[in-house]
Amino acid sequence: MLTLDRLTVAYDGTPAVVDASLELEDGHVLAVLGPSGSGKSTLLRAVAGLEPPVSGRICWDDEDLAGVPTHKRGFALMFQDGQLFAHLTVARNVGYALRLRRTPRAAERVEELLALVGLEGYAERLPATLSGGERQRVALARSLAVSPRLLLLDEPLSALDAGLRERLATDLREILQSAGTTALMVTHDQDEAYAVADRLAVMRGGRIVQQGEIGAVWRAPADPETALFLGYARVLEGAAAATLLRAAGLPVAPAVAVRRSALVVDADGPLRGRVVSGRATPELIRLVVDVEGIGELDAVARLGSHPAPGDGVRLGVDPGRLAETPAGH
Amino acid sequence: MTTPMTTPMSRALTLAGLAAVPLAVLGVFFVLPVSGMVSEGFVVDGRFDPGGVLEVLGRPRVHRVLWFTVWSSTVATLVAVLLGLPAAHLLHRRRFPGQRVLRSLLLVPFVLPTVVVGVAFRELIGEAGPLGFLGLDGSAAAIVAGLVFFNVAVVIRAVGAAWESLDPRPAEAAAALGASPVQVLRTVTLPALRPAIVSAASVVFLFCATAFGVVLTLGGLRYSSVETEIYLLTTNLLDLQAAAALSILQLLAITGLLVVTGRLRAVPDPALSRSTARPPRPSPGDWPGVVTTALVLLLVGTPLAALVTGSLRVGDTWSLANYRALGGEGDQQALLVPVGDALVTSLRTAVDATWMSLSLGVLVAVVVTRRSRSRTERRVRGLLDGLFMLPLGVSAVTLGFGFLITLDRPPLDLRDSLLLVPIAQALVALPLVVRTLVPVLGGIDDRQRQAAASLGAGPLRTFATVDLPAMWRPLTAAAGFAFAVSLGEFGATSFLAREDHPTLPIVIFRLIGHPGAMNYGMALAASVVLAATTAAVMLAVDRLRVSSVGAF
Amino acid sequence: MSRALAPVIAASVVALAVSGCSTIGSGSDGDATDGASGADKPSRVVLVTHDSFVLPKPLIKQFEQESGYDLVVRATGDAGILTNKLVLTKDDPLGDVAFGVDNTFASRALDEGVFAAYDAPLPAGAEDYRLPGDDDHALTPVDNGNVCVNVDDTWFADHDLAEPETLDDLADPAYKNLFVLPGAATSSPGMAFLLTTIAAYGEDGWQDYWTKLMDNGAKLTAGWSDAYEVDFTQGGGKGDRPIVLSYDSSPAFTVSGGRSTTSALLDTCFRQVEYAGVLAGAANPDGAEQLVDFLLSPDVQAALPESMYVFPVDPSVELPQEWAKFAEQPTDPYAVDPAEVSANRDDWLREWSDITSR
Repeated sequence: MLTLDRLTVAYDGTPAVVDASLELEDGHVLAVLGPSGSGKSTLLRAVAGLEPPVSGRICWDDEDLAGVPTHKRGFALMFQDGQLFAHLTVARNVGYALRLRRTPRAAERVEELLALVGLEGYAERLPATLSGGERQRVALARSLAVSPRLLLLDEPLSALDAGLRERLATDLREILQSAGTTALMVTHDQDEAYAVADRLAVMRGGRIVQQGEIGAVWRAPADPETALFLGYARVLEGAAAATLLRAAGLPVAPAVAVRRSALVVDADGPLRGRVVSGRATPELIRLVVDVEGIGELDAVARLGSHPAPGDGVRLGVDPGRLAETPAGH
Repeated sequence: MTTPMTTPMSRALTLAGLAAVPLAVLGVFFVLPVSGMVSEGFVVDGRFDPGGVLEVLGRPRVHRVLWFTVWSSTVATLVAVLLGLPAAHLLHRRRFPGQRVLRSLLLVPFVLPTVVVGVAFRELIGEAGPLGFLGLDGSAAAIVAGLVFFNVAVVIRAVGAAWESLDPRPAEAAAALGASPVQVLRTVTLPALRPAIVSAASVVFLFCATAFGVVLTLGGLRYSSVETEIYLLTTNLLDLQAAAALSILQLLAITGLLVVTGRLRAVPDPALSRSTARPPRPSPGDWPGVVTTALVLLLVGTPLAALVTGSLRVGDTWSLANYRALGGEGDQQALLVPVGDALVTSLRTAVDATWMSLSLGVLVAVVVTRRSRSRTERRVRGLLDGLFMLPLGVSAVTLGFGFLITLDRPPLDLRDSLLLVPIAQALVALPLVVRTLVPVLGGIDDRQRQAAASLGAGPLRTFATVDLPAMWRPLTAAAGFAFAVSLGEFGATSFLAREDHPTLPIVIFRLIGHPGAMNYGMALAASVVLAATTAAVMLAVDRLRVSSVGAF
Repeated sequence: MSRALAPVIAASVVALAVSGCSTIGSGSDGDATDGASGADKPSRVVLVTHDSFVLPKPLIKQFEQESGYDLVVRATGDAGILTNKLVLTKDDPLGDVAFGVDNTFASRALDEGVFAAYDAPLPAGAEDYRLPGDDDHALTPVDNGNVCVNVDDTWFADHDLAEPETLDDLADPAYKNLFVLPGAATSSPGMAFLLTTIAAYGEDGWQDYWTKLMDNGAKLTAGWSDAYEVDFTQGGGKGDRPIVLSYDSSPAFTVSGGRSTTSALLDTCFRQVEYAGVLAGAANPDGAEQLVDFLLSPDVQAALPESMYVFPVDPSVELPQEWAKFAEQPTDPYAVDPAEVSANRDDWLREWSDITSR
């Protein structure tokens, strides 16, 4: 089990990670989600032993890792762009850690790993000849070669295009699950986090602002900013929040985060509004509506309806697409 | 603008066009003089007679000389690399106060006239010196130490420049996969640095193999190298047959060396990703670097300290009199011109030599690193690469005399030209420049140039956007080298320098060659001035390199 | 425009930007472009010499005023390099007149026809210095100096040891490990000392002497400065050997408290004479002859000791005070026929190298 206890890391005196505490139990995959510059990569590098903490502790199974150099931590780090060794073939890249440990029958293990990541027959290729997705698969295989007690993933999929990312995210989750690997992944993409991880920590300004089971965090963002970062479209406060919550049949709270599709055009809906703008997508029509008593909000309408700017509409609320949050400021 | 599909014909033309200027310079100022001088040995009484030359090659003395040259150069190169690598790591991959000063200081030996360094060394290791008990005076070990003293900076600077811009993440990835620091070094870092290391080592080897003053002064005449032998044969005995034989031997040996290093330099994928991450402070794990840097400093610093101490002694008291005397024309007029004037001449010459070698070097580096599309093209580029290393491996005496006998009639009546000195120095510095630039230029992913071109950047803009930023650091390093080579160059300069404009090393040589305690002190003081100037210039260059010129 | 042009342009831009502070733009040197040929009446005279050549600036001005020519000095290398340069370029000489070929190299230059005959009027007493065998008077003696063994008088006084006097003494075990000298192959005084021993012990006897000398711990260095400045007890570096090979003028440079701390052993000397001569094929033979004459003028002769550390060939010239007092010249130095030197230099040096590197 990985435990971070009030960890602070600084670059040149500027703190990048502040007072971060985390727990990650064996067999789980934790995604640390944060915008760029939030300190999440520094956190990862500190866990890997590449950055010295200013204060706080990093422990594995209650053993303090301070003073344990990177190569003795038994972790494996997979970089954003793979960082394959350009002068080694795919097989030698994957077998790198095995050779370091003089593992017998390494060749077989390399074959297995390549099969696991779907790259049979790539053994003798040089990294320069691979596509981005292939490189990431090789990097993953290389990281898994010696069954690390903790796999550290630094934005493993963000360099890839959308379709590939989705596929590889599913693969990654399956591979991690089938290997029973404990993994810590940092990412700025909530879809990626949702697809791969089962636990989530949100980081902002060097601090961990929220953590927990991924669905729980999703349902209850710790504050308005977190909500926005988790993909909620707007956060309403005060009277506007109360009006919306009442319309949804929920108890009143000081603030509420609203997903983009929480309001649906519905002739029987409790809210009234005037269409400001509209835009058709393949599945539905996205609107911006000036809602009475609330202000401008996003809403959706079924394809086939034709609300035009200026039209009055009635709106229903999907309570499942709202999340109460503590008020900001 | 840029045509993505160039025909083989136009590629050949481009190659030829780029190579034309450096080739012409090399042809006129190297091939012509050297072949002129060598052919003197083959033509006896107007007849072609290679027999005499071949006879010389069979002499046992020649074999002994050749063996000693190869042995001493190899050992010195190995030691320089072994000491230089950890020091390069500490000085270029770690950050600590005084680092720039240290880096500049280490380049100082490079410019000091051998005759002064010889004296400084021998005052330490001579029978009466503080290290006399080691019995090093006149030994082969002293020669090797001297060669390392002069050349370790080449390794530190050339490898350091490559190391500095090396992406640290592959090494971190290896460490994260369980590789210990030693394993990281062996499996990731050294392979990535191999082109730079081999380049630096080959240059050092050539410098060692053609070292002249060190072998004579520190070896106490017991050892001869090919270079000292050629010097003796040409300047003293005028035995041009034997000199020609040895020159050919030199050329053959260098060609062999170039073939070997060419092989060793080749890497499957030279593309380097560069990093601009700020280097960390030294940690306890850096002890090998700290220890070897300390050793290098000791090796370089002790003779320098002896030099400074000596320059501040007049009789048995401390005094600045030696320095004050530099402003005049010296005791008994031994000083040809005030040292200030000589320094100005040296600096101006160095500026010329630097821009000449840099412009030639950039052209050569560009020519040899562009991706080849055919095997013939690759061969041609490889050949060019080697060709420009040759000036380093050929005796300054051969070149100097060759200038006199070949550049004597129009349109090449250049014997009296003021340009001859900087040109000769630029030729000596050129291989250093090329060897510093090639590993980096070769490491640029060609797709970056294609990307820039596809974004609408013209050829010049592409060069400025992609090549120049990558080249900036090595280019400043190379400029530093070229400048230092020029400041300290003595062999060719002493052949060509004109009386009314002597460079500082020439003035120092003259001062130390004449009796009088004052002259001796002034020679040391002038050397300190030369060393301090060098260090200051290097420091300035070092500062320049962090500027944002390359960041377009 | 082809992409290939870019680096060319970049390089030229850099070149142009930088050349502002170079030697090229300065134009400080008019004579570089003004060739010796071409003009109807030459405007300058070119002196080719070795790098020890120095004349005070007023004297150079004086010559230029009197002769009407600009004096251009090309000084590089030592006497050996100078001679060999002259030989190699004899078909297209480097200048009009040469100074600095000495009596150990002169025969080679004469044999190769480097010099044109010019019988300069010698000052009285300078005839002695003529090169034996130079019947055409192609070479004019200008200065002389003797290579002699020097000793540190104070050291011998401190150690209660009698100073050596002869060549034989140097091989005496009483003086074991006390002698340091530059090698014959790499230094001109070193060569002179080899010739001293050849003159003293004969063509078949010098080898034995050198064997004994080396067995007695003589130390060889590459050049004069290594021997004198590093190993000699009175040199700049305060070495530990009180006997050194140097010149008869050297004691004039170790004066302290009104007396010299060193002295030259006058029975161990070899005389070196430096010559000037008009080069065959000179562009300005008239200027060349005037310069040779000028080098023999009393003003130049008087300036020689302090400028070039040598004695004038004109015995009537007054020497500087310290020279007159402390630099004693031998009356009967050793000599070897220059033609012999020229013929045997190669063999002698080879033999010498074999003996000394054993």
